[in-house]
Amino acid sequence: MKRMEKYKGWLYLLPAILFLGAFMIYPLFDVFVYSFEEGYNFASGTYFGTGTYNYSYVLRDPYFISALKNTFLIVMITVPLSTGIALVISLCLSSIEKLRDLFQTFFFLPYVTNTLAVGLIFMILFKKTPYSDGLVNNLIHLFGGSTIDFIEGPYSAKLFVMCFYTIWVVLPFKILILTSALASVPRVYYNAAMVDGTPSYRIFFRITLPMISPMIFYLVITGFIGAFKAYSDEVAIFGTDLNSAGMNTIVGYIYDMLYGNSGGYPSFASATAIILFVIILTITVINLGVKDRSSINKGR
Amino acid sequence: MKIILKNLTKRFPNRNKKAGTDVIAVNNLDFDIPDGKLVGLLGPSGCGKSTTLNLISGLEKPTEGRIFFGDDDVTELPAMNRGVGLVFQSYALYPHLTVFKNIRFPLENLKGDAKLSKEEMAERVSKAAAMVQIGDLMDRHPSELSGGQQQRVAIARALVKMPRVLLLDEPLSNLDARLRLQTREEIRRIQKETGITTIFVTHDQDEAMSICDLILLMKDGILMQSGSPQDVYDDPENLFVARFLGTPPINVFEGSISDGGLFIGKDRVMELKSCQAEGPVVVAVRPEGFIPDENGPLKCIDARTEVMGRDVSIVSKHDSLFDDCPVMRSIVSADAVKNFDTTRTAFFLKPGKVFVFDSKTGARIRFEV
Amino acid sequence: MDIKTRNILSKIPVYIILVLQALLVLFPFYWMILTSLKSYASYNTEYIPKFYASDPTFQNYVDAFTEVPLGKYLFNTLIFTVITTALMLVVITLAAFAFARLSFPGKNIAFTLFLSLMMIPAELVIITNYATITTLQLRNTFAGLILPSVTSVFYIYLLKENFESVPDDLYLASKADGTSDMKYLLKVLIPICRPTMITITILKVIECWNSFVWPRLITDDPAYFLVSNGIQEIRENGFGRENIPAMMAAVVIISLPLIVLFLIFRRKIMEGVASGGTKG
Repeated sequence: MKRMEKYKGWLYLLPAILFLGAFMIYPLFDVFVYSFEEGYNFASGTYFGTGTYNYSYVLRDPYFISALKNTFLIVMITVPLSTGIALVISLCLSSIEKLRDLFQTFFFLPYVTNTLAVGLIFMILFKKTPYSDGLVNNLIHLFGGSTIDFIEGPYSAKLFVMCFYTIWVVLPFKILILTSALASVPRVYYNAAMVDGTPSYRIFFRITLPMISPMIFYLVITGFIGAFKAYSDEVAIFGTDLNSAGMNTIVGYIYDMLYGNSGGYPSFASATAIILFVIILTITVINLGVKDRSSINKGR
Repeated sequence: MKIILKNLTKRFPNRNKKAGTDVIAVNNLDFDIPDGKLVGLLGPSGCGKSTTLNLISGLEKPTEGRIFFGDDDVTELPAMNRGVGLVFQSYALYPHLTVFKNIRFPLENLKGDAKLSKEEMAERVSKAAAMVQIGDLMDRHPSELSGGQQQRVAIARALVKMPRVLLLDEPLSNLDARLRLQTREEIRRIQKETGITTIFVTHDQDEAMSICDLILLMKDGILMQSGSPQDVYDDPENLFVARFLGTPPINVFEGSISDGGLFIGKDRVMELKSCQAEGPVVVAVRPEGFIPDENGPLKCIDARTEVMGRDVSIVSKHDSLFDDCPVMRSIVSADAVKNFDTTRTAFFLKPGKVFVFDSKTGARIRFEV
Repeated sequence: MDIKTRNILSKIPVYIILVLQALLVLFPFYWMILTSLKSYASYNTEYIPKFYASDPTFQNYVDAFTEVPLGKYLFNTLIFTVITTALMLVVITLAAFAFARLSFPGKNIAFTLFLSLMMIPAELVIITNYATITTLQLRNTFAGLILPSVTSVFYIYLLKENFESVPDDLYLASKADGTSDMKYLLKVLIPICRPTMITITILKVIECWNSFVWPRLITDDPAYFLVSNGIQEIRENGFGRENIPAMMAAVVIISLPLIVLFLIFRRKIMEGVASGGTKG
């Protein structure tokens, strides 16, 4: 009886272990197995060989190449832009007192909304239909530009909407994090700098920025990870058939391989998932390396 | 640099908007701080001493009144152009910069004619560091320093730009007791060496009394009294000042004046030659103002002695003691209590250590014996 | 006086940026509500869309419930959200309690393993989960929807930290009184840590309400669609593709519960997210 008592903690952990074991740990190993089983078939549970064929197939698949390109473009455009815009807005927010709460509430609103649903609004704002050119095109027309179909038109237009919406969706989180990071810089440092006659641009670069830099790095890393996993926002704008829209992403490719119009290939999906994981891991490690190096330069 | 505060008033809007009235942090403060002195701004928390310091540094603008540094009116001058050195209570050292870079920081802001070369800066920094004896810590980060060392870095950073005025906000409150004693001597030494007019804010009267040339005692935004520490201690203008200064604190009794005699309760403790007042008063007696003698007029009960090295305190009770002053403490020499009988405790009072105050206003009532 | 005016003037660019951003954020919501109030006919006659509804109608809202099974989607989402959140709270509370308060052999190793699971992206495990649920014949069931979302390593971690901030003395005192661990958890720890538990609950509710990827994989029967999948279905097959006002009405209905939740628990949600939550 006493001996059992010692292990009681495990009893409390049991539900979590069961769920995590079944839906996280087991799948983690299984996905590797799948990725090396060639021609695995869900229905029969059979496969005809093991090897790296799945990987080489995926890497040569034009749909994957296109998804890879889209994903990289989304990452490279949205992460720096959204972080920069969030920084500017957070700085503005921190410098005012009146209406600050109200603005903060507005800015956070997109975080709690269903991105699939709101994506529809963006679609109709940008879309050209037989009845109307859409509001954005009306605006472009007003300023003398020529109208474009952002949803089914040229690639660059689609990419623009894509990035615009992605930034719209990720900004609330970043603004919130940066605003609280700015608020947590003790006021006394600014007072000290002021008494020492420090001009405001120097206060920003020498005090504010170094002190919130851990949070900026956190946002950049999570931003990279999040953007590499882009999928729902694309569906929201372009619909579920991303391949035909030419706007598929890596994650979209995984799901399409698994299920959907071209689905039923869990081996290909697994190989892609592992490729994605390797990409994310590499980028994160590089980011951490950059972070370490820049702190070495600061003399840490 | 002489500093003149002229009718200085600072009002803050009340946080509770419905209450409507402003909070007056500093009320019509009028004072000249002579050049080259070490001045202590003293008072209980919330008395407006930190606000006064912020007004002098320029971090806050006065609602009314003017501030002069020498002949210059600096009232409208922002903090960055006043040339003051400020040491913050929390030191405010930049955590991401080394000690060297922290101290150099103010120098890098100099522009135009005042601009310094790298070498000149390094020299100024090492001079300031030598002054506070931290020359060997230059490459450390603030997190790697002890509280006392951080304090020195903060002082060096304030001194490095050769300020016209050095301001210290509760500089010792974050240090432990031993370090506090050491550091306050250090502040004294640095001030004497540099000759910079220095103002430091503290709520600890011991600190102010021990090192300042001049103290300003504030309460509720109003200057209660100023002068050299000894003068203020020996000649308090009101009950608040008398009670605030001195350890152990002054003993306070309800008393009265009648028939040319000063009474504590029923005990006629002193004969007064000339005194305008009659009726109830407050009588305050410094701990060193008692002479134990069983024939003395002040009769006490429940006496016991506490020996503290050279001195002895006699702790006793009296019916007329103030409620917030539970025991009467007198400090006497060890010889005086050799044959002390705790069952028949009585004292003579030293007239110079007895202060009488108006029981309503707390203003000093002077008398001769 | 001069300085005061200059201060106000220097703030003008700041306010311009903030107002622009507020417009960018709020305009889509305004457009959503506006469009949902226009009738199908009037919407289609506006080649240049008007910024007001000249003849507002609630017909679209009626259509959203009658012409497409929006009510069913909402009901499914509600069930999914409530059950998932409730189960998760039980699972994470027990686990957090074990890690925070109990001592048992292997605890440190177990905790380290738990933490390392935080780094695993969902995309890596979803493939096998899909296979598992399919094998168990749980596609198009609530069980299939709910089971994989019941644990969150991050929330276990968050709650454990919170449990640990409760002074040891309380636990020792209740032990001395002969209180059982379970009773201590229910009567002392949970009431004290209620604010954190509420925050976790709200964040999980938001997550559930917006979940899209897993439900999309595991349901193809519209009878089990959640709102996110429902809106995709509506977009592609409902109302006839071009009835945009009706779609917007559906979007309003779907967005409203979370916006109301947000307005009520604004501070809690923002603090919870700022203290380390990430989206999705």
